[in-house]
Amino acid sequence: MYQFNVYRIGPEIKLGAVDISFTNASLFMVISSLAILIIFNLGAKKKALIPDKLQLLSELSYSFVAKMISDTAGSKAKPYFSFIFSLFMFVLFCNMFGMIPYAFTVTSHIIVTFVLAAFIFIGVTIIGFMKHGLGYLKLFVPSGVPMVLLPLIVVIEIISYLSRPISLSVRLFANMMAGHTMMKVFGGFVISLGIVGGWLPLSFSVALTGLEILVAFLQAYVFAILTCIYLNDALNLHH
Amino acid sequence: MLKKIVILLFVTCFACFNTVFAAESGGMPQLNPEFWISQIFWLIITFGILFIVLTKVILPKISDNLETRKSQILENIETADKQKEESQKKIDEYEKIILDSKLKAKSYFNEAREKILDDINKKRAALEKDLDEEIGEVEKELSDLKNKSGEKINKIAAETSAELIKELIGEEVNSSSIAAIVEDQSKLNKERKDV
Repeated sequence: MYQFNVYRIGPEIKLGAVDISFTNASLFMVISSLAILIIFNLGAKKKALIPDKLQLLSELSYSFVAKMISDTAGSKAKPYFSFIFSLFMFVLFCNMFGMIPYAFTVTSHIIVTFVLAAFIFIGVTIIGFMKHGLGYLKLFVPSGVPMVLLPLIVVIEIISYLSRPISLSVRLFANMMAGHTMMKVFGGFVISLGIVGGWLPLSFSVALTGLEILVAFLQAYVFAILTCIYLNDALNLHH
Repeated sequence: MLKKIVILLFVTCFACFNTVFAAESGGMPQLNPEFWISQIFWLIITFGILFIVLTKVILPKISDNLETRKSQILENIETADKQKEESQKKIDEYEKIILDSKLKAKSYFNEAREKILDDINKKRAALEKDLDEEIGEVEKELSDLKNKSGEKINKIAAETSAELIKELIGEEVNSSSIAAIVEDQSKLNKERKDV
């Protein structure tokens, strides 16, 4: 599990009593953010009518996220576009940078994904109460449920609502960690089986790399789309 | 045999797995809270900067780009439509001109034909009239000649008969009586012919 270790880079920085030293996790957060900013800035700089590769990339990502939001949360979610775009790109780039050998996967740490998910959860709840006042509590009372079942349903709904940040964060974290661990395990098999038997796990490892790249994209997408769905619940109270 | 191989493979895998993880008994580094605060702190900073720069600088540019492209394309489509309409109009005009000129050509042709036919008819009528007149004259002359010839023949006949009689008998006969006889004879002849 060495690849998940966090270690200090440079001197120890203390803010009061807490340690906020620059670590390899911080380094990869900075790298991911910088990569996003550089790529999209270059893409946005050119204003050609017929885009080149970088411009096309940035514009396609823009329309991809815009379509995702309008499909799941409707037109009311437009003010939150830039947040969801940043979120999607950040998670996607962190996942993808994690696929580089010897790189650190920021999203494979529960604390990172949990902070993101908790922020989304709190933000969505605040938006919901601001839009609907106490009427937002109707979210827990689905219509068309028999009176007998209602107490049970309400309890279940509240639990499922409160478990949203946990499921959101654990889904991303567990996926990333499991994928990387699996690759590590197969890599270990290659070493221990040697030149004779190592080819089978090596081919598995190659296939897993492709799968993990898919998972890296898919989990970023799922993270963003679940955010959109939660936002949709807060903006358009359907129940 | 196959079963044996599978079991053997499984056992080797298990052994390998154990050796790989034997050295790492420290548990998951993710659950070690030593650097949690640092991670949260840097996450907030990096993500915050990313969010702010994207929101304030980059995304408006991309959205502007997309909007201008959209409007440009719409504009181009509009002009293309307009030009298409114009060209359609021109084609219609052109076709109308061609149709008109065709009709005109036809009418010119018809006029010319009528004129020529008229001319021909007039000339023919004049010619026919001339011919008729000439024929009438000739016929008149002929009939005159015919009438006159009858009288002359009678006269000649009367004279010759008077001379014949004078020669034969040596006597002069009243010419008027001879003429009367000749006339009677010719009349008889005529009647006989008619019958």
